[in-house]
Amino acid sequence: MELRRDVFQAIADPTRRAIIALVAMQAMTPGAIAGNFDSSRQTISKHIQILSECELLQQKQKGREIHYHLNALKLKEIADFVEPFRKLWDDRFNKLESIMKNYQPK
Amino acid sequence: MEMKTKVHVEEGKQELLISREFDLPIHLLFKAYEEPEIVEQWMGTKVIKLENKKHGSWQFITTDPMGNKHGFHGTIHAFIPDEKITRTFEMENADFGPQLEFLEFEEIDDKTSKLTMHVIFRSVEIRDEILKLPFRQGINMAHNRLQEIVKKLT
Repeated sequence: MELRRDVFQAIADPTRRAIIALVAMQAMTPGAIAGNFDSSRQTISKHIQILSECELLQQKQKGREIHYHLNALKLKEIADFVEPFRKLWDDRFNKLESIMKNYQPK
Repeated sequence: MEMKTKVHVEEGKQELLISREFDLPIHLLFKAYEEPEIVEQWMGTKVIKLENKKHGSWQFITTDPMGNKHGFHGTIHAFIPDEKITRTFEMENADFGPQLEFLEFEEIDDKTSKLTMHVIFRSVEIRDEILKLPFRQGINMAHNRLQEIVKKLT
């Protein structure tokens, strides 16, 4: 199953938001994260994977264990609600520019 | 890809600035605002009315990805080719009320130009709500995508 990984998708899911809240407190192993949920470890691991692909979570090797910690910079990017507004206008203006570059006066 | 559009938002102010430099001579940039057929293309809207003159009015109807129709309208206060457009903008069926827009077109050289949009809202709260609209849409669309995926799985 191929999904476009974007931060909106990541935060749209309540389980993933709960995972973000957990690792915001401290870096955790996948097992410790899964221990907080009733869902199967496999399900939680899928959520962790999606959050990692969106760069919301980052891995750190601690001895034999992998710890996940929150990428605060990425979270800040989401918190910056102006960004989608800017992107909307940027897309419009990019379109305007490409249309007018090919404009043939009648 | 480099983002050429800048949005300047100051905390606690009921206005915002959008600016953008175009690889277009100024008359082509202005034409994109003047010709209804071109406006329709880049704004992704249907132009019902566009009277490019002082005391003129305009009306657009946009269909969103979910198929809902949204109306927009306003009055034109100034229309000076290759220089400026001053107009009001109001979303129909929303409680935001009209906003005032000052569009300034500047020539940089014979191949490039700059547009600055100065938008003034009734209050800081309304400005912030309008800024959040595309953010909300992003979240809603993500929700819809997830729902579609879940439907396919069941």
